[in-house]
Amino acid sequence: MSPIVPLDEWYFGAYGGRYVPETLMTALDELTDAYRTYAPTREFQAELDQLYRFYAGRPTPLYYADRFSRALGKGRIYFKREDLNHTGAHKINNALGQILLAKRMGKRRIIAETGAGQHGVATATVAAKFGLECVVYMGEVDMARQALNVFRMKLLGAQVRPVTSGSRTLKDATNEAIRDWVTNVDDTYYLIGSVVGPHPYPEIVRDFQAVIGRETRLQLLTLTGRLPDYVVACVGGGSNALGIFTAFLPDPGVKLIGVEAAGKGLDTEEHAASLKKGAPGVLHGAKSYLLSDPDGQIREAYSISAGLDYPGVGPEHSYLKDRGRVEYRAITDWEALEAFTSLTRTEGIIPALESAHAVAEGMKLGRQLEQDEIMVINLSGRGDKDIPTVAQLMEVNL
Amino acid sequence: MNRVALRFQELQKTGRKAFIPYIMGGDPDLPSLPGILETLVVCGADLIEIGVPFSDPLADGPLIQAAGMRALQNGSTLTKLLATIEPVATSLPVPLVFMVYYNQIVRRGLRRFMEEVKAAGGAGLIIPDLPPEAAVELRGLAAELDLSLNFLVAPTSPEERILLAVTASTGFLYTVSVKGVTGVRRGLPPELPDFIQQVKALSSRPVAVGFGIAHPEQATIISRLADGVIIGSAIVQAIGEDPGLKRMTALVKQLRAAI
Repeated sequence: MSPIVPLDEWYFGAYGGRYVPETLMTALDELTDAYRTYAPTREFQAELDQLYRFYAGRPTPLYYADRFSRALGKGRIYFKREDLNHTGAHKINNALGQILLAKRMGKRRIIAETGAGQHGVATATVAAKFGLECVVYMGEVDMARQALNVFRMKLLGAQVRPVTSGSRTLKDATNEAIRDWVTNVDDTYYLIGSVVGPHPYPEIVRDFQAVIGRETRLQLLTLTGRLPDYVVACVGGGSNALGIFTAFLPDPGVKLIGVEAAGKGLDTEEHAASLKKGAPGVLHGAKSYLLSDPDGQIREAYSISAGLDYPGVGPEHSYLKDRGRVEYRAITDWEALEAFTSLTRTEGIIPALESAHAVAEGMKLGRQLEQDEIMVINLSGRGDKDIPTVAQLMEVNL
Repeated sequence: MNRVALRFQELQKTGRKAFIPYIMGGDPDLPSLPGILETLVVCGADLIEIGVPFSDPLADGPLIQAAGMRALQNGSTLTKLLATIEPVATSLPVPLVFMVYYNQIVRRGLRRFMEEVKAAGGAGLIIPDLPPEAAVELRGLAAELDLSLNFLVAPTSPEERILLAVTASTGFLYTVSVKGVTGVRRGLPPELPDFIQQVKALSSRPVAVGFGIAHPEQATIISRLADGVIIGSAIVQAIGEDPGLKRMTALVKQLRAAI
């Protein structure tokens, strides 16, 4: 018998893989087959393209932020306006792609995990559009923090199941979604929301999000005739970041900066900086950098932003970090809040708190830009959902 | 030959089917663990599976999740768990197999983890989130240290995956009875007997069946088809409800009699 070894395609260097219960291994093979069969077809791509254009509102603008740029220094700063997507963030790109796959696989029930609720809302939205049953797992703590998104999902016809195990946040919601999938694997499609999980999910989600970078590249070349010097994006699981980075990976002159949440500071226990402060381990089916104690217990992540509040990160980010192709930095809660206010006041754009981390790093970098250097910041989502959180921090009663 | 394989060989000679109780290591607390192990042996356990408590046990249902949380809250860490087992392991006449999630092994370092398990008197591992393909290095270490690795097959596993698990397993083949997580279920899936027979036909290793088996009647049916019966959640529940162990003792006796 031939040696029992994993397939190379499961991994990004040393990271990724399929660390899941045996019950799911065949389902993951089927998903891989379906993805390789359907996604490359002209018919699939045409349907997705129509949905991107007329349903999601793509292409999203690449906006030159003149006041924001001038306030910082000499460079030119552009925002990729993923916040203008239907449902308010980049999450819809992936949800639309995966639901087309689910439909072709004949699945009638969609499950998803959500932290801040953005992916849950995107999934509930596409499930409503395609008339499929939808169950979203959400930690009890997150449900309390993001009550508005819980109600949105319910309005869209999804069932939101509170998760009361563990830390009652995104990682536990993901555990629960995996348990549901193990139990209902025959008729259920697990629509994962970031570039995490077992192979082939990190690849599928990256590919559906890569539209962000493809558009950005073309738009910037059209506008300026050149590539950017810097591309900056926030990293929780890391799907918006890989979405915009992927198109620029082959260009060594484009510096790629991923921004993790430093929470209350990298020298405290309260952060979500898996890449900066974690070590390789296995969570939710993939090997990647993550936050765990020396006994291997997963630590609770912390960030003001519920979408970055995750103790793991997509395996491709771990690979890109080790290779040195992407530089990862971290931004604290307060820096993100300052950036949130600053962008709101200078450009009239209220960013999601997740995206505000990228904006904050962009502000630091922006002060050092040379004349005519170009930086693109991925504005992954809009801040409407965060208004109650910010009001509370400002001690304003709404 | 590793101790798990050896034990099954002894059992097969006498025609006895293996009764494999599962307990959560450190629930209700670590000082109770030696007593629980001794009680299980006295009540007729042939092997014992000890769960290493983990923050994110995605193959486990609510009962084992809750037991794991209790164990963690009561200070059961891997180091302390192994230290508690080490003095009693050699005097116990049954092999101890750890059920452990892969991150706990990775974080420790594969070699160090395996050496510590060996030093504590452990006989093998069940890793619910490690498929045989991803176990190349661990299989080498297990062979070197004469520890058994026991891989899982599920009702969704096609023939080639069952064969993969057979080849990689050096103790027994852990046959998952249901599509789902661990837990207490009434009845058995109607297709289970056929599935166990299929696995038996493909397997050169002993076949033990677990997940969802809680009642003596279920255990009897399984024991006629397989080489061993693994019972976890029901025992964990009995310990949780009565830390004095009377309920666990009664259940374990009933189960042993049924197998």
